[in-house]
Amino acid sequence: MKILVVDDEIDVKDLFQQRFRREIRSGEFELAFANSGEEALTYLTSRPLEVVLILSDINMPGMSGFELLRHIRSEFNAPPPPVVMMITAYGDAQSEQQATELGANDFLTKPLDFTLLKNKLRHIM
Amino acid sequence: MENTYLAFPFAGLALLFVRRTLDTATRLPDWDRALKKYWAVGGVTLGISIATSTDIAELFWAVAFAAIGLLIWLERSYRPARTLLLALAPFVVIYLFSKLIRWVLPAFHETYDDYFSSAGAFAMLWIIVFFFIANRQKKDLIKLQQERDQEREVEASLRRIEAEQRRRIEEKKQELEYLVAERTTEITRQKDELEQTLVELKDTQSQLIQSEKMASLGELTAGIAHEIQNPLNFVNNFSEVSVELLDELAEEQHKPNRDLELEAELLADLRQNLQKISQHGGRASSIVRGMLQHSRASTGQREPTDLNALSDEYLRLAYHGLRAKDKTFNAQFSTDLDPDLGMVTVVSQDMGRVLLNLITNAFYAVRQRQKEESVTGEMAYQPTVRVQTRCQNGRAEIRVIDNGTGIPESAMGKIFQPFFTTKPTGEGTGLGLSMAYDIVTKGHNGTLSAESQEGEGTTFVITLPA
Repeated sequence: MKILVVDDEIDVKDLFQQRFRREIRSGEFELAFANSGEEALTYLTSRPLEVVLILSDINMPGMSGFELLRHIRSEFNAPPPPVVMMITAYGDAQSEQQATELGANDFLTKPLDFTLLKNKLRHIM
Repeated sequence: MENTYLAFPFAGLALLFVRRTLDTATRLPDWDRALKKYWAVGGVTLGISIATSTDIAELFWAVAFAAIGLLIWLERSYRPARTLLLALAPFVVIYLFSKLIRWVLPAFHETYDDYFSSAGAFAMLWIIVFFFIANRQKKDLIKLQQERDQEREVEASLRRIEAEQRRRIEEKKQELEYLVAERTTEITRQKDELEQTLVELKDTQSQLIQSEKMASLGELTAGIAHEIQNPLNFVNNFSEVSVELLDELAEEQHKPNRDLELEAELLADLRQNLQKISQHGGRASSIVRGMLQHSRASTGQREPTDLNALSDEYLRLAYHGLRAKDKTFNAQFSTDLDPDLGMVTVVSQDMGRVLLNLITNAFYAVRQRQKEESVTGEMAYQPTVRVQTRCQNGRAEIRVIDNGTGIPESAMGKIFQPFFTTKPTGEGTGLGLSMAYDIVTKGHNGTLSAESQEGEGTTFVITLPA
């Protein structure tokens, strides 16, 4: 399963790679990373249909997570539509509602609970 | 004997006349008292002379002439005395001459007795005339004396009036001096009060500046919390992962056929994680340091500062600060930083305060517009705040650009004035922009200006000598 992680924090890549090292080694998950909404769109354009799940931060300079979600739902929604999980440091109801309205499948708050995330991912598979 | 009868009263009258003319009662009181006794002593002498039938007329005349002569001598500077001398002299001379002739040449005296008598009569007449003259003179003198007395009285009353006036002037002067002293005290008191007030105002001013700093710190706190949370998440995550890695490493070491390549990879990852932990820990402390610096009084120390980094830092802090206070708020923010800007020498703390203020204002403006548009049902509005840096003509330029409500033309001239605010009471001190203005212009020789289009947005431009 290919997962695209979108976050402006570069170290997120190292973190995810280590948190999911067993899964990656076993070939359970395949991780790709983008540092901005724009980069994520470029990635999606170059590899349509590959990505099954997108984990995106909401607060990013430039294109925000919501903006990216809107693009995904309008341009990269070919069935099966990718599962999108939005991540934010602000766990407020308004943001969650907005994410849901824009077509997010799930809403996670930072700091990420990786055990919970893994369970959710396995559940999707 | 008849001579004696006549000589006694005549000599007495002559004395009386002289005493009155010369005013001996006041001028020579001792002599006067002695002469008064003439009548008593003379009366007794006369009685004795009658009883003994001796002719002592000459004695009376001798006493009278001696007394008169002495008085005139004593009073020679007194004008009536000279008149008197003139009046009496012929009589005395004729009297003495006739006595001398009668004694030396009695026959001749007998012959010319008529001449002597008429000369004596003439001398008497002379005396009478002089008596009137002397009287007149005396009256004139008295009159003169009275005039002098009057003059003296007038002078005295003039002096009294003068003294009275002086006293009044003195009183008035003292009154005025008292008033002046009173006024001076009053003015001094007021001056002291004003100085006290000035000190209080200065205190209040510094308190206001401090409270403005604290207010902006309040705005920062939430942003700072968010900014610290991110590195802390990394610290936590990387340490947790590292424990996992260690477990895996230990597990691998106990295997009979150890995968040394995997062990090396695990160790490399561990090293990298520890580096990340320290790096993110450092990031967190630098944010805390920045926060402390912001709240502390400015050291005023200019130092080469990366304005790009400063702008980026405060943009994030301001956004997250606002975001944390108002969860419904969402805005795009971006930076457009000129990599050629390099280091600019500024008081970074102060400049950070300026940037924070301008950026917070920008976010406030876009939030206001967002609220207004959501009321009118307009959904297309995308709140945006941009910070742009440029290096132009040897000057560093920072622009804080928003597409918020904009500033009305009427307020444009007042925005840099202290205490001017459009925010509701209690929300803004009205000191932010005025302090920013002072910091940029007075503190850094720069300029701070604003361009605004109501309903379109505002751009604040800082230029600094690079």
